[in-house]
Amino acid sequence: MSAVAETFRTPGRLAATVSDWWVITKRNIITYLRKPDLLVFSTIQPVMFVLLFVYVFGGTFSMILPPSVPYVDFLMPGIFVQTAIFASTQTGVGLADDLQKGLIDRFRSLPMARSAVLAGRTAADAVSVTVQTVLMLIVAYLVGYRLHEGGLEALLAFVGIVSVGYAFTWVSAFAGLSLKTVEAVQAALFTIVFPFVFVSTAFVPLATFPSWLQPFVEHNPVTIWVDTVRVLTLGELYSPQTSDLFAHVQSLGTLLWLSTLWFAGFLVFFSFLGVRVYRRT
Amino acid sequence: MTDAAIVVESLAKRFGKVEALRGVDLQVPPGTVLGMLGPNGAGKTTTVRILTTLLSPDEGHATVAGYDVVKQAEELRHVIGLAGQNAAVDENLTGLENLEMVGRLYHVPAAEARRRGGEILERFELSDAANRVAKTYSGGMRRRLDLGASLVGHPQVLFLDEPTTGLDPRGRLEMWDVIRDLVTEGVTLLLTTQYLDEADRLANNIAVIDGGRVIAEGTSDQLKTRVGGEVLALRVADRGRAPDAAGAVLGLGPGGGNVDNNTGEINVPVGTEGTAILTEAVRRLDDQGIQLADVSLRRPTLDDVFLALTGHAAEEVDGEQPTEDGQRSRRRDRKKEKV
Repeated sequence: MSAVAETFRTPGRLAATVSDWWVITKRNIITYLRKPDLLVFSTIQPVMFVLLFVYVFGGTFSMILPPSVPYVDFLMPGIFVQTAIFASTQTGVGLADDLQKGLIDRFRSLPMARSAVLAGRTAADAVSVTVQTVLMLIVAYLVGYRLHEGGLEALLAFVGIVSVGYAFTWVSAFAGLSLKTVEAVQAALFTIVFPFVFVSTAFVPLATFPSWLQPFVEHNPVTIWVDTVRVLTLGELYSPQTSDLFAHVQSLGTLLWLSTLWFAGFLVFFSFLGVRVYRRT
Repeated sequence: MTDAAIVVESLAKRFGKVEALRGVDLQVPPGTVLGMLGPNGAGKTTTVRILTTLLSPDEGHATVAGYDVVKQAEELRHVIGLAGQNAAVDENLTGLENLEMVGRLYHVPAAEARRRGGEILERFELSDAANRVAKTYSGGMRRRLDLGASLVGHPQVLFLDEPTTGLDPRGRLEMWDVIRDLVTEGVTLLLTTQYLDEADRLANNIAVIDGGRVIAEGTSDQLKTRVGGEVLALRVADRGRAPDAAGAVLGLGPGGGNVDNNTGEINVPVGTEGTAILTEAVRRLDDQGIQLADVSLRRPTLDDVFLALTGHAAEEVDGEQPTEDGQRSRRRDRKKEKV
């Protein structure tokens, strides 16, 4: 080991790992910036979702909600979380693409940290999720979205949304390396993620689901995350006191705990699986 | 420990039911070029993937530059370079960015990585395209960039897996020049190819691999003498009559021969009776009214060697045999029929 280190003036292990992570992150960010089509569509899509839900379904959905709760304010937390989760698909797609083009083979033959390809990719995608979320915030504001709580709560909600997206980039990374083709990754992620996102409180209150489905909805991590963001941005308006529709909503403290737990669980579990598949691919 | 740059001992690897390698042995002295020659699915890529730490062997062991490919994989990666079959460059990065990235991943300091990148681009005549994204490169340019990327870390041992597959003739010639230059600098090179002329031109030693085994090894000349004697090479003027011509002349030599119905070429090993057989062949073809475009007696090529060793032509086998990485077999330049 020491002989090798001398020949190549290798930095210390930790410094080398950090450097590898940065090199790959930079590479992926540059790649995104140079794919204008991807950039355009990944920004247009969330905007379309906002407009679609607010103007097409908004009228109907707002009839269910208590008059004190504007539908846009109820809806946006759901869309933020949904977009962050869907945006993570690009992680797996990008990795499958690298795999097909032989780039992963090249990386695996290099003396770089085994974690770097995945860490760098997911970090770059977290940046992209952040940008998309900011963009949606702007559009949401334009269509009348307003915060009901303070700036600190809003910031916490923002960090939470990006974190959920980040956790899902690892789910996506695992799928990308396991399934190996762009089409398979897209199909699989869509099939698995879609029900979780839609069978949650992201778009409608828990009470509107059939009773047999309610236990699933209530314990769905997407519900936990969306509810957390709602409580952080709507405050008292989204609580059992306001309406029976919100009877299931837990206190902010409990929600923060559960959210963090689910986030950490996803992150640890899927980053472990992802790196393991990467080593063996 | 031996001083060979690459030592491979009874390497075996299976994928499910397919035995990709069934005991491969190789030795490559430092500073030499070993050409691994064989058809698709012979086990070339599997061998390279094991030697570059991408796969672990089921049995046997191997060292590269003195490092065990399994136990010292991490150290080994510092001293090797790999250029694979499908030019592994990031097409959204420029040529220079690609090389810098790889350099940084070898932990070469940033300024040095940039300097080496520029140097390599110049050497491979890619300087004009240095700041263009690789997407805009031709196939030959991408290959050269890919090869360049494998050199940024100044490897002691270089692995080139079918470096010219899929390139047009001009791209191949350019690639050969580049590879020949490398060799003069003392890098140890393991090159896989399914092109016999490529191995003939670039390699000091050739290992012929088929069905997961090395079936012959030696210099190009040593292998050629295994065929023995000369080869009668004919080309009929009207390709449509190639089968007739083959019927007339293939029995003349001591053993076999082959015909290529696409080009009208017929090769017959003739041992030491070249002149007599030549006369007889020309007479028979004349009797049948078959005109010849070309006729010669020549020393055997590696084509003939491969045929003699394996019983089938080098480029014939794809399709039936599964390739190790599940890829579709690539385009065939020529199709030969064993008779």
